[in-house]
Amino acid sequence: MTSVAEAPTGRVEQRLLDGEVGLDAHLARHGRLPILDSSQIIGMARDAGLTGRGGAGFPVWRKLSAVAQAGGAAVVVANAAEGEPASRKDRALLAYQPNLVLDGLQLAAAATRAKAAHLYAPKAALPALRRLLVARRTAGLDRLEVTLHAAPDAFVSGEESAVVSAINGTGAVPADKRIRIIQAGVGGAPTLVQNVETLAHLALIARYGAGWFLTAGTADEPGTFLATVSGAVRRPGVIEAGYGVPLGDLIAAAGGATMPLQAVLIGGYHGGWVPADPALPVSRRALEPFGASPGAGVVVALPANACGLGETARIAGYLADQVAGQCGPCINGLPRMAATLADLAARRPRPGLPAEVERLARLVSGRGACRHPDGTARLVLSAMRAFEADVVAHLHGRCLATEGHR
Amino acid sequence: MRLHIDWTACDGRGVCTELLEEMLTEDDWGYPVLRDGKGEIPRALDGAARRAVDRCPRLALKLTQQ
Repeated sequence: MTSVAEAPTGRVEQRLLDGEVGLDAHLARHGRLPILDSSQIIGMARDAGLTGRGGAGFPVWRKLSAVAQAGGAAVVVANAAEGEPASRKDRALLAYQPNLVLDGLQLAAAATRAKAAHLYAPKAALPALRRLLVARRTAGLDRLEVTLHAAPDAFVSGEESAVVSAINGTGAVPADKRIRIIQAGVGGAPTLVQNVETLAHLALIARYGAGWFLTAGTADEPGTFLATVSGAVRRPGVIEAGYGVPLGDLIAAAGGATMPLQAVLIGGYHGGWVPADPALPVSRRALEPFGASPGAGVVVALPANACGLGETARIAGYLADQVAGQCGPCINGLPRMAATLADLAARRPRPGLPAEVERLARLVSGRGACRHPDGTARLVLSAMRAFEADVVAHLHGRCLATEGHR
Repeated sequence: MRLHIDWTACDGRGVCTELLEEMLTEDDWGYPVLRDGKGEIPRALDGAARRAVDRCPRLALKLTQQ
C-alpha cells in the first residue's frame, strides 16, 4: 500500500498498564493528583490531543468544555461497559490500574464542575471497586463521591445514551439523539460520559504533562492506546502501544501468528477488515482507506484457512441478535442483512445476492437511535471488499480460503 | 429546518410517507426513508412537513434546527 506513506512512529510501550497493582503502589509511583482547575484540565487535554478511547475518537477537551459550559450542575460518568466480545481492555484496566481511572474521573468532574460522579462497569468488577473507593476515601483522594452501577453484558449497553438511560433507571438501551446528553443526560443534567481508558490517560497527563503524552503515537494521533489482540495469535491479550504502531508489532507482542494470516479485523465488531500487512500502521489515518479505524483497539487475526465471509456472517448474526429492539430499520434490517450474508457465506447463491447484501447495508445505515446498524453495515461492506475474490468464488460454489486455493 | 425521525418511537404506520412523499419513501418494512438521507426541508415543503409532524400517531417525527 503506497497510500500509507507516513512512517509509523508508534511502538509497543506500557504507560497505563505499567507498574504494580494496588493503591499504595499507585501512590508510590504516581503520587497524588495535582490540584488543577477547570481551564487547566481542559487546556491539558487539548494540548495533549487526547481523544476518546471508547471507539469514536472524539477530542476530549471539546466534550469537557461543552459540558462545562452547558449550564447547571453537571454529572460525569466513567464508562467501563465492554459489550464488544473481542475487547478485554477496559476489564484489564479496571483490574490492574483502577486508580488511574478513578483519578481521571475526579479530573473530569473538576473540569466540568460536576456535582455527581458515576462509574458504570460490569457487575463482576464492582466488589473490588467498592473496596477501593472506601480506601481512597480514607486516604482523602476523592473530592466527589463515586456511585457504582452495574453495566449489563449486552453489545449496546456501553453506547453513551444507553449508559445514561441505565443510570436513570430506564434500561440500558440507546435513546433518541435529538436532545444530546451533554445538554440533558443523567437526571436531566449536562452529562459527560467518557470511556475509562480515556480517563486513565487524563490522569497521567495531569501528572506528567501534555508534552510527555505527545512523545508516544504519531503527530496527528498522539498517545498510547490499549489493544485487545485475539484470533490466530499465540498469546491473545491486551497490549499497549502508541498510535501508528505497525500491525506486525501488535501481532508479535501477542506471541506472533499461529499460522499465515489472511486479514485482520480492526476496531471490533463494528470495525473493518484490513490486509494482514505487518507494516500497516494502526492509526486512523492509515486505516481510513480501508474504511476502518483503531476504534476501541480490537485486533482479530484471521488465519489463511478460515473463510472471511463465514466469520463476518457469524459476527453479523451475533450483532443482529444484539439489537436493542427499539428501532424498526435495525430490528428488521440487521437480521435480513445477516441472513443474506450467511447465504453467501454458505454458498447458497442466488442471482443478485452480493448486490442485495450491499443494498441492505446502505438501507440500515443512519436509521437508528444509535450507530449499531451503521457499525454492522460497515463491517459487512468491508468484508465484501476485503474478501472480494471469495465473494466471486462463493457464487460459483467454491471457497478459496477453506479449499486452499488462495 | 430538518426532519428528525425518533426511531425508538416510530413503528412504521406510514402516515408521514403518504403526507410527505416528496421527502420520504418506505423501506422494505414500511418504515420511512429520507430521500436525501439528511432530512433537509425545502421551503416549499415547510407546510407539508409540519402537517406530517403533527399527524404522526407515534409523535416520532420532529422538526429540528440543525
